[in-house]
Amino acid sequence: MADFHSSMHGSAAALPRRNPLHTWWTILRISIEERLIYRGDFALGTLMRFLPLLTQIFLWAAIYQAVHPRETIAGYSYHEMVAYYLLTQISRAFSSMPNLASQIALQIRNGEIKKYLIQPVDLIGFMFLMRVAHKLVYYVVAFAPFALVFFLCRDFFSGWPDATTMAAYLASLVMAFLIGYFLEATLGLVGFWFLEVSSLLFIYMLFTFFFSGHMFPLDMLEELGGPWATIVRVIPLQYLAYFPAAVFLGKIQGADLAWGLAMQLFWVLFFIGLCRLTYYLGVRRYSGYGG
Amino acid sequence: MGAKPQAMIDQNRQHEPETVPAPAVHPSYLRVFMTFAHNSLVRDMTFRSNFLIECVTSLSWMGLNLGYYLLIFRFTDSIGEESGWGEFQYFVFLATTLFVNSIVQALFMPNCEEFSELIRTGGLDFALLKPIDTQFLVSLHKINWSALANFFFALGLLGYSVVRLPELPGVAQVLLYPGYVACGVAIMYSLMITLAATSVWLGRNQSLYNFWFYITNFSRYPMEIYRGPIGGPLQWVFTFIVPVLIVVNVPARLMAKPLEAQSWPLAVFGLAAAAGSLWFSRWIFTTAMGSYRSASS
Repeated sequence: MADFHSSMHGSAAALPRRNPLHTWWTILRISIEERLIYRGDFALGTLMRFLPLLTQIFLWAAIYQAVHPRETIAGYSYHEMVAYYLLTQISRAFSSMPNLASQIALQIRNGEIKKYLIQPVDLIGFMFLMRVAHKLVYYVVAFAPFALVFFLCRDFFSGWPDATTMAAYLASLVMAFLIGYFLEATLGLVGFWFLEVSSLLFIYMLFTFFFSGHMFPLDMLEELGGPWATIVRVIPLQYLAYFPAAVFLGKIQGADLAWGLAMQLFWVLFFIGLCRLTYYLGVRRYSGYGG
Repeated sequence: MGAKPQAMIDQNRQHEPETVPAPAVHPSYLRVFMTFAHNSLVRDMTFRSNFLIECVTSLSWMGLNLGYYLLIFRFTDSIGEESGWGEFQYFVFLATTLFVNSIVQALFMPNCEEFSELIRTGGLDFALLKPIDTQFLVSLHKINWSALANFFFALGLLGYSVVRLPELPGVAQVLLYPGYVACGVAIMYSLMITLAATSVWLGRNQSLYNFWFYITNFSRYPMEIYRGPIGGPLQWVFTFIVPVLIVVNVPARLMAKPLEAQSWPLAVFGLAAAAGSLWFSRWIFTTAMGSYRSASS
């Protein structure tokens, strides 16, 4: 298949070439238009997604009442805790990639992936643009529900962070998106070896939910003792939810912030490399039959 | 059988000889249910590895959830000030949530998901033609046995927590507990089948399923936590209008806390809420079937 792939690329080169940027721009534009069809469902779904957050707010209010309303838990006051949960919603809006891995695995299983091997379009790049389009439309449509919820909860925040923190926060969100995309794409590409990856995806989802900081601030694990805190600091999942939220709240500053951003960049590059390598090796072992 | 569209019943009658009355069919619902259960088990056992993976993954999910609450109780002695929901009381609550959810997921969830698709694709015609109550058929024809793994996890958690309660529950509490868990299951089932039946009017209702998930999320915590200007009205709505707060709170309170005079009104209301929910869902279901116009060719 790899030889066929390269020969097709060879013949494509003989055709008059279009500006590659134009091709990518067309893919992005079509993907955006496709996504906008379901904008009503998007907005409603986004607003509903805050309902579990409401129960978390009540749960933590009850916990802080039992401890003492002015006490802190793992360095978080009640207001900071609620702000943290709100901010993880933004982190996850960047880093979560619904259906990406399963979609890639399905395309490998049903042979649809052949079209990327015979057309001069790169699978990972194509999917990336589709995901960028998905996210751009999501942010436009979800802006109103997000703004409403954050406005209603504005008292939980002590104000806007300074310019440096804000820049670091935005950089961490963009890198959270990149880690989320390339990590999940890699998981989907495992489909070249195991046709069914749903169990693997469930395990990933399970670990992400608990160890990305989506469920609770990872600082709580510091007081637990044992290896847990060290493990979650070493694995890259914290950059999907915890890290951007903690940066915004000023929990990570100075040298720790610089180190955290550098580590996040390392994981971005690591997963780009891993994703490319997995795709390269996967295509080499892939066999496609029939029409 | 009242759930079948009148046009379909009339059409069937045209083929019946006028002089010979059609024999009355009274299927044994228990035997039919046992056949469904047996068939589902055979199907699950055909893919044993998949069955085992599903059991292990759902148990891991519960294990991590338990870990989360263990972590929370490192920082506090109870959920809510003087609410009575200490660590082991709350674990009784969690076990009750697991009992209700595992039963609902095993018996009703796969069927209700399929029900919407049956309506959309017109496959419901086949269910309507069967000589058995349509709601029974579409609600129970498939059983997800692997969901019961959490049921056994809940049994273990309940046993572990109950013996560590400051006051052991009495005989009456232990006897009433399964009954109230069944009431909780009835309320959840009613909500689910009601939402699924609305597919007749909406065509497709993926958002409504998300709605079910988000609404039932409120039932996972003690009702005492819903306080204040937003929590108070929420507690009222989810107790009296959509009684999801009754589902776990009543049986868990019965088991985890000493019986008090003020507990009884809620316990009586729990029974009424279960009966009312079942009646309402039956009414919605039959009304929806009356509006069903087959989508098949």
